[in-house]
Amino acid sequence: MTTELPTDIKSTSSEIQIDKPSSKWLPPGLALQKVDEKIMTLNVGPQHPGSGHMRLIVQIDGDYIVACDPDPGYVHRGEEKMAEYRNYITNIPHLERPVIHDSCNILYPYVLGVEELLGIEVPERAKYVRVIAAELNRCIYIMYWLAIYGIFLGHSTMFMWPTGDRELLIDLMEKMTGARVTHSHFIPGGVRNDLPANFEEVCLRQVNYFEKRIKEYAAVFYDNPILIARTQDTGVLSRQDAIRLGVTGSVLRASGIDYDVRKKEPYDVYDELDIQSIVMTEGDAYARSKIPWLDMMDSCNIIRQALQKMPKSGSVRVKLKPNPKGKGFDTVYKRVESGRGSLGCYIVSDGKPEPYRLKLSVPSFRNLIALPYLLKGEKLGNMPSVYWSLNYWPVEADR
Amino acid sequence: MSSDSAKPTTDSKPEEKPTTDSKPEEKPTTDSKPVVKKPEEKKVELPAFEKSISDKIVEKFGDKVEVAFVKKDRVGINVSRENVHDVAEFIRDGLNYDHVESVSGVDYPQDNEIAVVYHIGSYSDPSLARQLLVLSTRAQREENPIPGSDATRLPTLRDIFYSVEFHEREIFEMFGVYFEGHPDNRRLLLPEDWADIPPLRKDFAIKGR
Repeated sequence: MTTELPTDIKSTSSEIQIDKPSSKWLPPGLALQKVDEKIMTLNVGPQHPGSGHMRLIVQIDGDYIVACDPDPGYVHRGEEKMAEYRNYITNIPHLERPVIHDSCNILYPYVLGVEELLGIEVPERAKYVRVIAAELNRCIYIMYWLAIYGIFLGHSTMFMWPTGDRELLIDLMEKMTGARVTHSHFIPGGVRNDLPANFEEVCLRQVNYFEKRIKEYAAVFYDNPILIARTQDTGVLSRQDAIRLGVTGSVLRASGIDYDVRKKEPYDVYDELDIQSIVMTEGDAYARSKIPWLDMMDSCNIIRQALQKMPKSGSVRVKLKPNPKGKGFDTVYKRVESGRGSLGCYIVSDGKPEPYRLKLSVPSFRNLIALPYLLKGEKLGNMPSVYWSLNYWPVEADR
Repeated sequence: MSSDSAKPTTDSKPEEKPTTDSKPEEKPTTDSKPVVKKPEEKKVELPAFEKSISDKIVEKFGDKVEVAFVKKDRVGINVSRENVHDVAEFIRDGLNYDHVESVSGVDYPQDNEIAVVYHIGSYSDPSLARQLLVLSTRAQREENPIPGSDATRLPTLRDIFYSVEFHEREIFEMFGVYFEGHPDNRRLLLPEDWADIPPLRKDFAIKGR
């Protein structure tokens, strides 16, 4: 590794000082800056259809982006602060709120962490149920993401199809958990409920049909010359810079680094399942948009394997004491592969029923750092495709 | 709300409240959890690979660093704020760690300190793929903070790990820890006109709780 930083990554407006707010001080993006007369500052967002709430302060010269300063925080909910006031069980419903359409995966590291803190052993069947739920949820998330990606590029079919097809899996999750979106299904010690009767067959049938369906997207979207023309070679992230910026998930794997937490640090029963982690080397927006789609097929594969290997009966949760607590000062950091990448949860416990500190290290927040770097020098028209190819979910980044 | 009223009642259940208010040492193993595993074998065999990582750091820096824990896939290193930059540089150049996954602040008002914890991983070295190095340092804590203008300061690690940029900006606004040498010490998530104390500090209270 070189010690040299990439020179073309520059913080955009270092002349704005937060140190001494005065009456003359204006928020970033509104402050007058001495720049070239040709350069215009644009505010993209925070009311942005489909993207959630997030502002990009973009400086453009003609049609080309000179600098971009992301300004997240419009949907900051203080999840980490709230977690310090609730016990390990009552934390579950609110912690999944940042990504309600990937709620199993955002709860997963928290639940794993609490299990390590409290020393809880999870029944075998529960581990498989969790894997199935997590993979179904990954597909639900990616379908939503793909629908928005389609609408960002003005491809209405790609909005309609995924929104329709993800209902298949949402129905499955509803059967499994009782809720369509916010499942709150994972708890320390297993899952809340056992699978309903006949679930395995229904699941297998739906997943097989789902896989057949998403394969059809190739013809309408991924092999579409218009999509290829708009995304290929735009926003290229090299392997070296992907490492340096510490990005994760599909963004990382699109730049040629084979890193999937399910494979590298398997949790629950992922070490018994055959996982392909899909890697592409181009590093452009096309590769970044294709990897999640290939991930879904991999997920279907994992679900079929898990359904086959799952113990047919047995308990799915251990009984917890009413107000479980740790055994004194302890810390734990657990991570899982969510729909967007590695999602970590750092819990500091001081032996009370509430966590002393809970930090969610979310992939959206980690991938955001790549945005100013990728947009520099791009045309303004490419901004939506580059932005959304980062697999970014604003609400999760803000927490 | 139901969750509000439920909490105090469950809190004052007859079960023991050991008042292990903070900090290490006592590992009582008194309460019998449904399924309690491993109290004993933990001390005996430290994982070898993880031990070798911590040994390399101790060998290089001696008593400047303190090994907080060596667990499976996790090595915890405590270091003072004067040495954190050097240690981080060695971690990158000598041990092949290359990116930071997470930077967390933890407020300890009873010690008058704020801990900043870096979780450092590696993409380029396959043998370190499972590993996370937990580098923890502490900054002095001011009672009435003026973020950026008081003694709550740490050297930035951005020149070593580029990936900490936004994480350190978040710690700055949420805990008031100013990172010296960070080129972009602005707020990230909070509104620009936020006038209260940094909200993730322990003395920032939530109403009604």
